[in-house]
Amino acid sequence: MTSATEAGVPPAPASPKSRKSVTGTRRTVAAMFLLPALVLLGALVVYPIGYSIVRSFYNQSGDGFAGIDNYKALFTDDGIRTALKNNIIWVVFAPTIATALGLIFAVLTERIRWGTAFKLVVFMPMAISMLAAGIIFRLVYDQDPDKGFANAVWVGVHDTFAQSSAFPKAHPGRNSPLVAQSGGFITKTTVHTGGTITLPLVGVAPDQMPSDAKKAVEPQADPGRITGTTWQDFTRGKGVGTLGGVDPTELGYPGMKIEAVKDGKVVETAKAGADGTFSFSEKADGAQLRLPASNFKEAYNGLDWLGPSLVTPAIIGSYIWMWAGFAMVLIAAGLAGIPRELLEAARVDGASEWQVFRRVTVPLLAPVLAVVTVTLMINVLKIFDLVFIIAPGSSRDDANVLALELYQKGFAEDQPGIASAISVFLLLLVIPVMWFNIRRLRREVRR
Amino acid sequence: MRSTTSTQRKPKSANTAAKSAAAALAAALALSLTACGGNDDKSSDTGATGGKETGTTVTLPKLNGQSLEVAAVWSGEEQANFKKVLAEFEKRTGAKVTFVPAQDPIVNFLGSKVAGGQPPDVAMLPQPGAIKQAVDKKWAKPLGTEAKAELAKNYAQGWQDIGKVGGTQYGVYYKAANKSLIWYNAKVFENAGATEPKTWDELLTTAQTVYDSGVTPFSVGGAEGWTLTDWFENVYLSQAGPEKYDQLAKHEIKWTDPSVKDALTTLAQVWGKKDYVAGGAKGALQTDFPASVTQTFTGGEQPKAAMVYEGDFAQVNIQTAKAKVGTDAKVFPFPKVGDTAPVVSGGDAAVILKDSKGAQALATFLASPDAATIQAKLGGYLSPNKSVDISSYPNPVQQKIAKALIGSGDDFRFDMSDQAPQAFGGTPGKGEWKALQDFLSNPKNIAGTQAKLEADAAAAYGN
Repeated sequence: MTSATEAGVPPAPASPKSRKSVTGTRRTVAAMFLLPALVLLGALVVYPIGYSIVRSFYNQSGDGFAGIDNYKALFTDDGIRTALKNNIIWVVFAPTIATALGLIFAVLTERIRWGTAFKLVVFMPMAISMLAAGIIFRLVYDQDPDKGFANAVWVGVHDTFAQSSAFPKAHPGRNSPLVAQSGGFITKTTVHTGGTITLPLVGVAPDQMPSDAKKAVEPQADPGRITGTTWQDFTRGKGVGTLGGVDPTELGYPGMKIEAVKDGKVVETAKAGADGTFSFSEKADGAQLRLPASNFKEAYNGLDWLGPSLVTPAIIGSYIWMWAGFAMVLIAAGLAGIPRELLEAARVDGASEWQVFRRVTVPLLAPVLAVVTVTLMINVLKIFDLVFIIAPGSSRDDANVLALELYQKGFAEDQPGIASAISVFLLLLVIPVMWFNIRRLRREVRR
Repeated sequence: MRSTTSTQRKPKSANTAAKSAAAALAAALALSLTACGGNDDKSSDTGATGGKETGTTVTLPKLNGQSLEVAAVWSGEEQANFKKVLAEFEKRTGAKVTFVPAQDPIVNFLGSKVAGGQPPDVAMLPQPGAIKQAVDKKWAKPLGTEAKAELAKNYAQGWQDIGKVGGTQYGVYYKAANKSLIWYNAKVFENAGATEPKTWDELLTTAQTVYDSGVTPFSVGGAEGWTLTDWFENVYLSQAGPEKYDQLAKHEIKWTDPSVKDALTTLAQVWGKKDYVAGGAKGALQTDFPASVTQTFTGGEQPKAAMVYEGDFAQVNIQTAKAKVGTDAKVFPFPKVGDTAPVVSGGDAAVILKDSKGAQALATFLASPDAATIQAKLGGYLSPNKSVDISSYPNPVQQKIAKALIGSGDDFRFDMSDQAPQAFGGTPGKGEWKALQDFLSNPKNIAGTQAKLEADAAAAYGN
């Protein structure tokens, strides 16, 4: 009310008047002005914090005093300990990497012509909600290289150097003359010159059969050689058909490598033709035939991004994708405030660009870098949504963080006591960071 | 200037974070709702007309001017179909019924409603544990004589009993789920020359035949632990028998019991073979339930897997995969591992929270075949009511599922993990879910899995 009238009155006479009233009823007026803020602060901040602290000392139902049991649970429960460990990983890596990347982007974009456009692109992820980012990265990290971008790239790179084989899932059927041996298969019996042998396998999907595969033919005996056929002993709709025998529509395995092994040594190798037939000279007489493991190498399926070991780094990656832009914009603003003369002076003195960056730019930016890191730290301590969405159920507990555990305990497991203890613990973790921030702010004001 | 704009952005984005957490929750809920929901677009048209032809077998009082509220977590088609049942009730009694959409877990939702002094008249509770909780908290009101009479007439004793708490009847199981089904890709079976198995050994033979044809036999949605607990429950129920099943559900016998070891050993015959599970154990652990169904019914003659185990509600996902239930996707009951084939079920029970003539009449109506028949004709729904004519179900597959459920009489068992405390049987990444996920990735570790299950169960049951 008073302020409203003051606003209308010309400033010159108003200032002595208001000064007088303030000196007169200083305390009550001050209290009146503070009251709404205090009430709101009390109801919305102080009371919930206070109640959480009180609640953390009570048991699950809330009617019995539990002492420090909830806090004991905090440090003995495996799930919470993993969450704590992950939180430490988060706080150490996420803010530092995001800040470092932000710094690099900020310094580099200063130098290029399309800097603003570049900054816009890097900053763009900030406009996406955590939920959407989580869903995007769930897809990016999908195990299936056909769906997941990360694995598509990884598998693409891998397959350029190592190719998979044509018959990854082939295996002996029932009553097969073959037995498994170190990833490949070997005959139980030995072969003899003039004899024939069949090497039936099953399990190659029709659409994965090499396109040059032809109908398999029975091996024809040849007096001076050892002949045989290796083929897919499976007829569509009929199962194996004649067990161990070549049926009319069954296909050969072109390019299948066969080794003749005598006393553990390979004496001769052969490759099956389009109809699956192959032959050995008499050198292989008395040898066992082996289909080496290289025939059956599985297609590389990429990394298990969301598996137990990689899930936390993977989620941190998505966080950095979102927040590096934020760091960059803040640091770029700080960079704009650096006196150019200092940089110029350093350059004139013969400092290299790296030295200018290392010895001049970074020290001058230190306060900004600290603000960014600390802000991100507070932000990271309460990380919830990304972990909640990206981690699949099977590795949820490996990716667990305190805020998620708090939610789980409080709302899914009906353990409000333990949940309150976690929240108090989180508060304790945030306090030193906040204290640092406030102290720095004060110093700034004094300066 | 720039620095101020960007600092202003900060609290804003923190705000978005909080919002998106809520949205994530909502999305997760929506997912779980659709997973439970059934919808059958084609049959809904026939059902709309079919609903009116339903005969009257139950007499209801006139309730002109009264209004009732019914809370359930159903959404989409399932909610629409249920509303048609409520419309029939309105027509017969003159009462006005409002559907209140609730969120999972519904007990928490009801808790806030009760605390606010505005509980719905009737709520659909999904587990026996939830009914017990509602009774313990003195929210639930016992059923009246009419409702009990209707229940006795139409329900097998087993279905009546799981609606009881301490001998008093509180719940009417209106909707059931048959979780003892294996869906398979008909085309793959035809190509491989495989047949529907009746026993576990036949299942393994079928799996081998399918594998020999070049298709991975099973798809397992291991990213969600509940699909794994359902697998285990079917094997355990059939192998160890209903008595042991009940004891284990109440944690009267330990998870270190030899019967658990046998069940896990049996499971390992499927889970333990590297090439029997689509994507291997690691891949399965990253496959969520909807994906596990769709990958079985997409990909023409070369799907990622030939069979997928889950309840009747998998039909929803089969339809999203653009496969036709009954032609592309067929089903056989879970084969028997022991003496009899298992029937593991789930369901939603109507419980009265505000005792009134109207609420009692609605419970009576929901216990009658009239109500169940209306929704049965609409599809995507299974009733434990034995007076519902099997031919009311819209297609042969539904009829087969319903027949298996009703045919089991009192030998069906309610989903074990649903009966367990939530911390053990219903939390992602914890308890039974996590233990079985670890078992899937390392099926040799039977003793370790049992020890972990027992440790978690002991903590959750508090004994």
